[in-house]
Amino acid sequence: MIALDAASTAGASYVDARVMQVRDQRIGTREERVAELRDDETIGIAVRALVGGAWGFVAARTLDRSGAVRLARAAVDQARGNSAAVREPVRLAPVDPYPNGEWHTPIRIDPFAVSLEEKVDLLLAANAEALRVPGARFVTSSMAFVRLQTTLASTDGSVIEQTLHRTWPTLTVTAVASDYSDFQSRSSAEVAPMGMGYEHVQAARLGARAGEWAEEAVQKLTATPVDPGDYDLILDPSHLFLTIHESIGHPTELDRALGFEANYAGTSFLAPPEQVLGKFRYGPEIMNVLADRTQRGALATVGWDDEGVPADSWSIVRDGVFVDYQTTRDQVHWISEHTGVHHSHGCSFAQSWDRVQFQRMPNISLLPGNDDYVIDDLIAATERGILIKGRGSYSIDQQRFNFQFGGQVFYEVRNGVVGAMLKDVAYQGRTPEFWNSLDMLGGTRSYQLGGTFYDGKGQPAQSNPVSHGCPAARFSGVSVINTTARG
Amino acid sequence: MSILTEAEARQLCERVIAAGTADEAEVRVESGLDGNTRFAVNQLTTAGEVEDTQVTVTARFGRRGASVRFNALDRPGIAAAVRKAERLAGFAPEDPEQIPLLGPQSYQTVAAFFDSTKDLDSESRAIVVKTAADAAEAAGLVGTGFLPRIARSTAVANSNGLFAYERTTLASFTTTVRTRGGDGSGWSGTTHNDWTRMAPPAELAERASRKALQSVQAVAVQPAPYTVVLEPTAVGNLVQLLAYGLGARAADEGRSAFSRPGGGNRMGDRIVGEQVTLYSDPHDPDLLERPFTDEGEPIGRTVWFENGVLRNLAYSRYWAERQQTQSVPFGGGLKLEGGSGTALDLVSGVESGILVTRFWYIRGVDPRTMVYTGLTRDGTYLIENGQVTRAVKNLRFNQSIVEMLGNIDAMGAAERVVASESGGLGRAVVVPPMVVRDFNFTSNSDAV
Repeated sequence: MIALDAASTAGASYVDARVMQVRDQRIGTREERVAELRDDETIGIAVRALVGGAWGFVAARTLDRSGAVRLARAAVDQARGNSAAVREPVRLAPVDPYPNGEWHTPIRIDPFAVSLEEKVDLLLAANAEALRVPGARFVTSSMAFVRLQTTLASTDGSVIEQTLHRTWPTLTVTAVASDYSDFQSRSSAEVAPMGMGYEHVQAARLGARAGEWAEEAVQKLTATPVDPGDYDLILDPSHLFLTIHESIGHPTELDRALGFEANYAGTSFLAPPEQVLGKFRYGPEIMNVLADRTQRGALATVGWDDEGVPADSWSIVRDGVFVDYQTTRDQVHWISEHTGVHHSHGCSFAQSWDRVQFQRMPNISLLPGNDDYVIDDLIAATERGILIKGRGSYSIDQQRFNFQFGGQVFYEVRNGVVGAMLKDVAYQGRTPEFWNSLDMLGGTRSYQLGGTFYDGKGQPAQSNPVSHGCPAARFSGVSVINTTARG
Repeated sequence: MSILTEAEARQLCERVIAAGTADEAEVRVESGLDGNTRFAVNQLTTAGEVEDTQVTVTARFGRRGASVRFNALDRPGIAAAVRKAERLAGFAPEDPEQIPLLGPQSYQTVAAFFDSTKDLDSESRAIVVKTAADAAEAAGLVGTGFLPRIARSTAVANSNGLFAYERTTLASFTTTVRTRGGDGSGWSGTTHNDWTRMAPPAELAERASRKALQSVQAVAVQPAPYTVVLEPTAVGNLVQLLAYGLGARAADEGRSAFSRPGGGNRMGDRIVGEQVTLYSDPHDPDLLERPFTDEGEPIGRTVWFENGVLRNLAYSRYWAERQQTQSVPFGGGLKLEGGSGTALDLVSGVESGILVTRFWYIRGVDPRTMVYTGLTRDGTYLIENGQVTRAVKNLRFNQSIVEMLGNIDAMGAAERVVASESGGLGRAVVVPPMVVRDFNFTSNSDAV
């Protein structure tokens, strides 16, 4: 409040201040040893001030009164200097004040209260299980726990306290051919990072599944190299989530679409807004995509965003048609006449106290279909296809048209039956054609959340944790390449 | 005291070490200013100025250790962080790979701190950004860009008496200029420790504008292996990836592109073209990197490839001891020696090919061969009979970096580049433009 008063007195038309404590615990193991053991905690205050339609942002680790005043005045001075280089002044969509806002990630077990011995024992036991498999030569495993404790105050009258948690257990096994001619890895790609506590580590069952992943790493050494060509792809949710992230999540960011991220993250094929909103056919009618910051267990779930907007849930694609973007308060007026939406969707986020908040991706999920299919139904209905599980190498162009995606494990599907394991598989495509080739969608029973801690965007680049839910899905006639072949 | 002096940093390290009761302790102190200014659609959008001092303390009891990074630096804050590190270390299992702390070392100073860069405050940056944005506006184009700068010091100390300190500044300026219709896009950028040694932003903005205008009406070419002229930034985008493949341990363990079939690594083999000499050297006036590791191990000059022969791999102190050799830390930037001339000079010697400004979304596809995929962006052109004749649509590649360095036909003069896709302030990378034959493009992209 001291910072808000000081900045307002100095001439700011709007100010928000965040006091944020970030705790980041990481335990990393390799075979029988603990390779990394750290528990970091930093704290600081960030002041964002609007003067003459321009932003200023200053942050420091100082937490005393005089320090807060100094930061606030510096933010105002910076904004005033920046205003000379502004053509269109920032306009903020209105938001209700929340003077006593409180929210925390619903966790059952505080990961920071669990003993280190328990965590280390769990990881080393999982490593031992993996190494029991003949041919499995190396294994790494880890746990990452992050807690963000934030107090946000703004001149709109909000004072909001939030505590966000996220948790990510991982394991990767590497098999090496006895003559050193090949090596292959298999990661725990089905274990997503989640907005949960230590209960997620327990549910992940790394130890129970390590042997299976190790066997698959060994199998990959002798898997059949894929024949390039067009295939029907059956994509498991552990894989499809990242395809959704890259080909739906990013192109529907409004700042990208309007050119604000052109220097790094890129722009979007979904532009200009007036020509695509309500008009662009993203996929078939069975395709419905929801943006949602309220979904339990998802990484981008919050009570309020980093400028005091309550968590929202809204359609991005309805019955196959693109209907709305992701927005922050300063972006609403750019498209409100086309969407009829006059409030922010609450997509403001900063990775830490030392970075300015800006538009980041909410949880964006492909909704299950009405048929109650599970992945086995999709396989049974496929004559010639490839089943892909887990995330692999991902690359997509700066407007989100051309992509090349890989996975963790691949299986041939022939006449409705899963056959041999394949390797060196990647599929290439163009986003609109790819999504319009969606022809079978799993139901609620096959729906799962995937996600990442490290969605990168912005300059300086910031990481945004985000989840994507989806059922298994089938795409017809997708171009598959062999990654070892040239041309 | 936003950038700690050597005396201040030493005092803070001593306070942290004195607060502990562990057998041994290591401390790293990083302090300074981190500022940036962005612009988009021909106007300044956001800026930031951050002051911070962060301390990482590692407590060791015999072979057990743990680390804590923190920034509450009053007496209770330090005491709490040290206690936490010691508590974690006490619970940790013994690490068979733990090796003793280094004792006092000597370091050759690197003159990497420049007031011209430190003084690039938000007001100065706003003026620079306005100049670039106004130029794009005046040209009827759409300018976007980023100007970050840091000014910081790093100190490393341990309870064995080691102390290392250095100060550095670093800035970059990158800009992407697009046509109003969105059918053309051009990029330009540069980086250095010394702001006065960087190309003027107005010149970079002009270069990006020219590329944008030249990239309209792009035609699609058949994806196939092509001779390419890679501008220095495009070379840097790819060559810096070698940093992830030069570890001796992974090679010795049979899981690297530099593993020897049958066992061991390929040091001593000619692996890439004999034009390739690649080294790290923090004291090189073009690199100016920190001359010590996070543990205080001195970093000197290391030649990775000499005339195409793999001369060195990076050995951690543990792996060096295990393999009974000298440790070779990875650090000190990357410099690939070149020849003379610019990318356009190289174009004149190419009958048929493609000129690439930079690459985007580069991801590993096959670690066995260091095959990466990614796309061209912001200025991709056809070369015919030694001339740049027209823009081509962007292309996706699937290409081994090692193989690429074996297919070099010519190289120009090396220069410092913004090698990171994000335009951020990363490792110093100095590389030449080059002509590479059989660069493997696999599909077209409609992205502009």
